[in-house]
Amino acid sequence: MAQTSVRAVAHHAPPQGFVRKYIFSVDHKVIGIQYLTLSLVAAFVGMALSWAMRVHLAWPDVRIPLLGWLSPAGAPGGVMTPEYYLSLMTMHGTIMAFFVLTAAPFAGFGNFMLPIHVGAADMAFPRLNMSSFWVTFVGFLLACATFFIPDGPPLSGWTAYAPLSAVGPVAGPGQGWGQNLWGLSIAMFCIASLLGALNFIVTTLDLRTKGLKLSRLPLATWGWFIDAWVSLLAFAVLLPTCLLLVLDRLGGTSFFIPGGLVFNDQLQPHSGGSPLLFQHLFWFFGHPEVYIIILPAFGIVSHIMPTFIRKPLVGGWKVITFSEIAVGTLSFVVWGHHMFVSGMSPYMAMVFSVPTLFITIPSIIAVLVWVFSLYGANIRFATPLLYSLGFISLFISGGIGGFFLAQPSTDSYLHATSFVVGHFHFTMGLSAIFATFAGFYYWFPKMFGRMMNEKLGKLHFWITFVGVYCIFMTMQLTGFAGAVRRYSALVDDFMIPLIPANRFMTVAALLTGAAQFIFLYNAIWSRFKGRKAPDNPWGATTLEWDTTSPPPFDNFGGRQLTVYHGPMEYDGEASVMQTSPEASVAGT
Amino acid sequence: MVGKVFAVVVILITLVTAYCVIAHVWWMPVDISVHGPKIDHQIEETMLAAGVLFVAGQIVLAAFVFLYGGARNKLRQIPGGAKPLVIFAFVIVGAEVLALSAIGSKAWGAVYFEAPDPGSIHIDVQAGQFAYYFRYPGPDGTFGALHPELINEGTSNFFGLDTDHDPDAKDDIVTAELAIPVNKPILLTLHSKDVGHSFDVRELRVQQDFVPGLVIPIHFTATQTGRYEIVCTQLCGLGHYNMKAYLSVLSQADYDEWLKKQAAMQ
Repeated sequence: MAQTSVRAVAHHAPPQGFVRKYIFSVDHKVIGIQYLTLSLVAAFVGMALSWAMRVHLAWPDVRIPLLGWLSPAGAPGGVMTPEYYLSLMTMHGTIMAFFVLTAAPFAGFGNFMLPIHVGAADMAFPRLNMSSFWVTFVGFLLACATFFIPDGPPLSGWTAYAPLSAVGPVAGPGQGWGQNLWGLSIAMFCIASLLGALNFIVTTLDLRTKGLKLSRLPLATWGWFIDAWVSLLAFAVLLPTCLLLVLDRLGGTSFFIPGGLVFNDQLQPHSGGSPLLFQHLFWFFGHPEVYIIILPAFGIVSHIMPTFIRKPLVGGWKVITFSEIAVGTLSFVVWGHHMFVSGMSPYMAMVFSVPTLFITIPSIIAVLVWVFSLYGANIRFATPLLYSLGFISLFISGGIGGFFLAQPSTDSYLHATSFVVGHFHFTMGLSAIFATFAGFYYWFPKMFGRMMNEKLGKLHFWITFVGVYCIFMTMQLTGFAGAVRRYSALVDDFMIPLIPANRFMTVAALLTGAAQFIFLYNAIWSRFKGRKAPDNPWGATTLEWDTTSPPPFDNFGGRQLTVYHGPMEYDGEASVMQTSPEASVAGT
Repeated sequence: MVGKVFAVVVILITLVTAYCVIAHVWWMPVDISVHGPKIDHQIEETMLAAGVLFVAGQIVLAAFVFLYGGARNKLRQIPGGAKPLVIFAFVIVGAEVLALSAIGSKAWGAVYFEAPDPGSIHIDVQAGQFAYYFRYPGPDGTFGALHPELINEGTSNFFGLDTDHDPDAKDDIVTAELAIPVNKPILLTLHSKDVGHSFDVRELRVQQDFVPGLVIPIHFTATQTGRYEIVCTQLCGLGHYNMKAYLSVLSQADYDEWLKKQAAMQ
């Protein structure tokens, strides 16, 4: 694929009218912003749910009038029932994992930037691209609709383990239509992700402009490209899994339901299914999913850092990219570490444990690349870089938790404790969110033609950075005391002493959450009132900075670009644009 | 300035975290099982390995950010480039994970790869929304067959035993509390009547899911008498947070007495 093709550039006329321009647009830039907006809304919904949960855990009797209004049955008088707590928890996980963490760093920034990074006028399949977004949007509406149906949202967690999720309302409240809608919502998300992944792969391979060899690809685009492959293989498994689950619920099948189950003294009319099959299928998707979330973050941080440290990453594009490829590949053979205590063969535990431990090697190489690239650098502490540094720190803090959860012997104690919850919030939740913030502050000038306010950006960073450590390090460490996750109240003898720690986490969560409104205000204010952005405000080298802010409809105003360099031509003040025929300054 | 603040904040976070771990602010309860010390040892070994990487990683990050802020320095690359980093990751971390795997597999194997002692006391455990029930085979040493269709909570037939026709079931002893004698090998068979549940006793270092449709054996020996909580750690519905039972580890004499009393109550 050394030759790049310019023939395959997607051609479509500039959009006419409001609807084609801003709603049913085929322009990848509009679609990218639509994804980011959807994620932003979803993130605030998800955060509100976590606030409600945290307040309930710390002060179980406190009234939250808004909840009482939203669900008179789930929160009578504003006080949450145990089942409503679990419903909020399920939707928090679902909304955050899919509609925020998977959508924003990959589909959001990827859509806007990938075609520009490769010098194309649009994605390879613009209409397919538009469909991806609108299918995701319908998926999100279906997920939100669960709040407004009589039975409320499902309560089986974002993992929806069968048979709790599969047998229907007989399993208790929260197992009615909410779970059906959940299954359909995630199925829609899968379809959208598959279409998106195809588009990303084809665009990267076929639409690269002249001279843009894979070795010259910007590192963010490498992240999205690798991620697209992982998405393609993982969502292709989750889609049928969701459909089989819905069939078990509505079609009378028994894929995941064994015989002999008794609810309310009634024998259920199912037989022959396997709950472990569901777990295998779910985690075959579920573990790659955490890398689907984090690989774009790897890419974004690797893309942003050289701009602000004014030198290339150690090892150039190769070391970091091959680490990402190794992580993406290994991610498909580690899923069983979620199932060490599930009743799966204990010998299989060893089979899954070893690759899980070994996946730390490429992850650590990536961390070493970021950290040691800072050596001897000229660091400019703009907000995008601060978020990138925060990302590295958080990824280290969460990553080391992986050593405990990769080994069945240590996992058998820590499984299902708050250690796990803290671990995955650090590694995939916060790391991806911090990379998303880094990307947002970095690309905002390009997307909207205005600079964001730096002071507010830094204030947002400091509160968020310290706040998330207060919440999730406490959560991770209380796991050693055996704190069980997914409990709506702390009533066990050994859980009661953890109430003060939980109150601390709740206060920290409220403050950290409140700080996100600084970000929201900054984004909205800057969109309209921010300082006008120059074409290349950060002194960067990749193609998005070689066009106007925001870029024209066809990205480069009809120019046919030729690329001469890799993306990391930095040497202190000096830098060379990828499209500039000047001599290299960094020797990459 | 920003870089120096960042460095100080990261170091403070690292120190507070390290203190919480070293001072055992939140830590495991004292182990009461024969296999537990192996698991505890493995957790400590892993903590050492992970802790060193955590502290080193954060300190190096903080140091570089502290040192290389601003535009005053001449740019430098780390001597040797990426090669030493990659070698470090493969050799040091590779050796570390291999060692953890090798030692950890012994701890895991002690629980799962060894057959239960043939003289184990066999107790059958059934989980259901949101309670555990325990069944002892009674004087005949044999469990009665299970008939899910006969399960009837109203008549306290939690297991679905056919006591009218099945002689093995007649003397089965069903309890809501798990009592075991100290220092005796115990074999539990776990099965669920409805959804997934879990059997978790922190002090025993035992956590094992119930999977509907499967009967899952688990064996252990408790070394200290006392009363411990058995809690459910697999999301099972609205009462999940409150699904629990107690494990009483008794002296042999107390256990015999307890079992006799339970048999009389059937």
